[in-house]
Amino acid sequence: MADLVKLTIDGREVQAAPGTLVIDAAKTVGIEIPAFCYYEGLSLAAACRMCLVEVEKMPKMMTACTLPVAEGMVVRTETPQVKAARKGTLEFLLTNHPLDCPVCDKGGECELQDMVFRYGAGESRYNETKIHVPEKQYSPVVFFDAPRCILCFRCIRTCNEGMGVGALGVINRGAVSEIAPSSGDHLECDECGACIDICPVGALTSGTYRYQTRPWEMTHVATICTHCADGCKTTLGTRNDRIIRGNNRDRSGINGEFLCIKGRYAFDFYDAGERLQAPLARVNGKLEEVSWSEALLLVAKRFNQVLADGGSFGVIGSNHTSNEENYYLQKFAREVLRTSHIDHHRTGDVVALVDALSGQTGKLATVADLYERKAVVVLGADLSLEHPLLSNQIRANWRHHQAHVYAVSAGTVREDKYAVASVRVGNAAETSDPSRFAHPQGKASAAEYLAALEQLRDKLKAEPELVMLFDDSFKGGDVRKLVEFGESLGIPVKYIGLVDYSNSRGAIDMGLTPELLPGYKASGQPGLHLEEMLAAELSALWVVGANPFQSGAARKAGFLVVQDMFLTETAALADVVLPAASAYEKNGTVTNVTGEVQKLKHAINTMGAKPDLEIMGFIAREMGVAGSLGPWIPDAVFDEIRKNVRGYEVPAPVIATGGAAQTAPVNGRVPVELRPDLVHSDHNGLFASGTLGRYSKVLHTVLESRLSR
Amino acid sequence: MTFSPELEERFAKFLTSYPPGRQRSAMIPMLLYAQDELGSISDEVIDEVARRVGVTPLQVNEVLSYYSMLHKKPLGKYHVQVCTNISCLLMDGDKLWDHACKKLGIGHKEVTADGEISLEEVECMGACSWAPAIQVNYDFHHKVTPEKLDQLLDSLRKKP
Ligand code: SF4
Ligand code: SF4
Ligand code: SF4
Ligand code: FES
Ligand code: FES
Repeated sequence: MADLVKLTIDGREVQAAPGTLVIDAAKTVGIEIPAFCYYEGLSLAAACRMCLVEVEKMPKMMTACTLPVAEGMVVRTETPQVKAARKGTLEFLLTNHPLDCPVCDKGGECELQDMVFRYGAGESRYNETKIHVPEKQYSPVVFFDAPRCILCFRCIRTCNEGMGVGALGVINRGAVSEIAPSSGDHLECDECGACIDICPVGALTSGTYRYQTRPWEMTHVATICTHCADGCKTTLGTRNDRIIRGNNRDRSGINGEFLCIKGRYAFDFYDAGERLQAPLARVNGKLEEVSWSEALLLVAKRFNQVLADGGSFGVIGSNHTSNEENYYLQKFAREVLRTSHIDHHRTGDVVALVDALSGQTGKLATVADLYERKAVVVLGADLSLEHPLLSNQIRANWRHHQAHVYAVSAGTVREDKYAVASVRVGNAAETSDPSRFAHPQGKASAAEYLAALEQLRDKLKAEPELVMLFDDSFKGGDVRKLVEFGESLGIPVKYIGLVDYSNSRGAIDMGLTPELLPGYKASGQPGLHLEEMLAAELSALWVVGANPFQSGAARKAGFLVVQDMFLTETAALADVVLPAASAYEKNGTVTNVTGEVQKLKHAINTMGAKPDLEIMGFIAREMGVAGSLGPWIPDAVFDEIRKNVRGYEVPAPVIATGGAAQTAPVNGRVPVELRPDLVHSDHNGLFASGTLGRYSKVLHTVLESRLSR
Repeated sequence: MTFSPELEERFAKFLTSYPPGRQRSAMIPMLLYAQDELGSISDEVIDEVARRVGVTPLQVNEVLSYYSMLHKKPLGKYHVQVCTNISCLLMDGDKLWDHACKKLGIGHKEVTADGEISLEEVECMGACSWAPAIQVNYDFHHKVTPEKLDQLLDSLRKKP
């Protein structure tokens, strides 16, 4: 490490690396220099003058947010002059401020309030008429209240630099300056809400949260977003069993502060009018509401009957349910229902990747790797739309560490903007002016991708290390070829096989396929796959949290039980529908796209719905088989998983305290026939989320959803 | 969109006048010259300039709305700018401004019905030594009195 610089701040000796800003150096010894515009990770603005400090031998006060430390520097942060400057800055900030804290969303957690409380003047000397501008709606998500804005430009920078979108700007000058949206009077953007969360005051407010509550009336529950596979932590603000907002301001979780629209706002599906709140049973051909005890008894009786008659069971699991639920479900299927007909919608060929990496350790990249590794290759996926967090990590890596990004795809992608090389393959659909939300994706084969990689070979070889991400263009043997290519480069390479949903990865790990038991052990039992189950004349089909009949397939099974939140196409065909709790209404764990296990935390209750694990447990109890399956308590099942499932020996305290721990799946060949034909990604864009997305109002009301795929 | 050949030539030169990757520096001169040729800066011009210098239309709007000499609305053929900043104010610049408004029947950033003359109250133009000063398009007029202003406005109207 370069020699540390020694300086004095408020009489205390401080050591900091060269280039450290005085504001950060002060923080290391517990001295807080107030700031509005300074924000870690974003470019410097020096716009607010709140951070002025005295520095010996410098004639004027200096902005601590832009001043790098220097040897022997003597800084004072609490002198009368500094105090007067802070007071003056705040007085100016308040000249046109409406002082409407009692009705402002930010009241109670507003940085301006806090600063005025600590450093501000007791009274205002400004008696002139204030400039007032009515609030404006820039989108269903973003509202702007100009008089509250203190022009710190955090919103502009986070949108431009952080999100890579650049949808906000500042127009006019002086006291009438305003934050303006990209498209005249409205926004066309990712609708992520990052600008709202980063606003130190209540100038930007969100359509979901505004005027709903006072912040101190909420309970905050940190859980994992239930939409895509990236596994962002979203801290839900709840009140009276309602979710009022989602954010991650405390930067806990693998995503730091990042969330896309789905993690920040698309929790609203829980409250959709279509939500099922009572079990349904088919009476005279029609689904009618019945009590839980009736419904459970009906299912248990029928299951026992089928068992007694030696009939056949099929079980279809979900990409969204927890590891505990998936584990319990496959155990139920295999041990009680004695069937190997168990499957789920596979969205990426993780099995092939694990198999191809056999004999090696540390080859699966984490979300953090995307921010830290020197080079990244993105193959296929339109990452910024399909995997917002992964794309954000790579973008931040490029901004902060100048990472080399290679974008190999069949169409224009946002990564092109900063990629050291963009390669178009297949019948690439290129456009000079792509709508940012619906990049025209062409099609390309794995062979074409591999050929493009060959062209890049020399460049990639010269990189010190690499992470390769690939989507479902690579399956089966092609994954092996990709890994062979990676390993032939002679540099450390890590991989990420992209999957679609919040627990797609966990579903495979937990053995929701006929050929594999939990932990990638061969089942040795042939079983029907998803499509085959739909087509087969099974005595009973049990669908937990999936919608396989969306395809319009005709129902063949003699008895169909569906656990879901909504009356999906599948549920509508069922004999019994059991209303399930959403991910935000239960405890458990999920495993994200990079194999990192994290904890789901129960945030609210929805009347009538039960967690899938509990439903399964109750069915087992009614059937009289509960004893053999063990308790249906998430923690107990997780303990069993940690003991029995290879790769899941993750440290329990890390998970229990809300941390993430990467699983290390088998280190050996996966002894089954690969089934690339069963792998298919939905390629959900920013405003889609499979069946779940259909029930989120916010995803439909934003303008961009009409432009997106 | 395309501009006149002269303007196109100028723009082409601007784009090579700055170090590589700094083409956005050409934005202000391009806007000024486009405004001179077209009378104002339309949304179409904004989009075009944005495209040529490699920024978003919003970024052009940021600059445009910051500088008072750039206009989105058409101005008069003669744009009369009256300074009422401190030096001119001391020399009755404010009275000159009131006089101009009354005579033309228009206010700040407004245009006469015939489209000939527009008015703007501006801050210091760097002509304090000859206050009160006004500027008509790119020409300065010094030590202006209400009488001189009348003559000037009449002569503008008579110009072909
Ligand atoms: S919502 Fe997100 S994308 Fe839209 S303006 Fe705000 S930060 Fe930018
Ligand atoms: S809207 Fe908020 S974040 Fe943006 S400049 Fe104003 S105060 Fe800062
Ligand atoms: S990136 Fe994925 S996990 Fe993160 S907030 Fe968006 S949908 Fe949720
Ligand atoms: S924090 Fe230093 S000027 Fe704003
Ligand atoms: S004050 Fe009018 S020109 Fe300077």
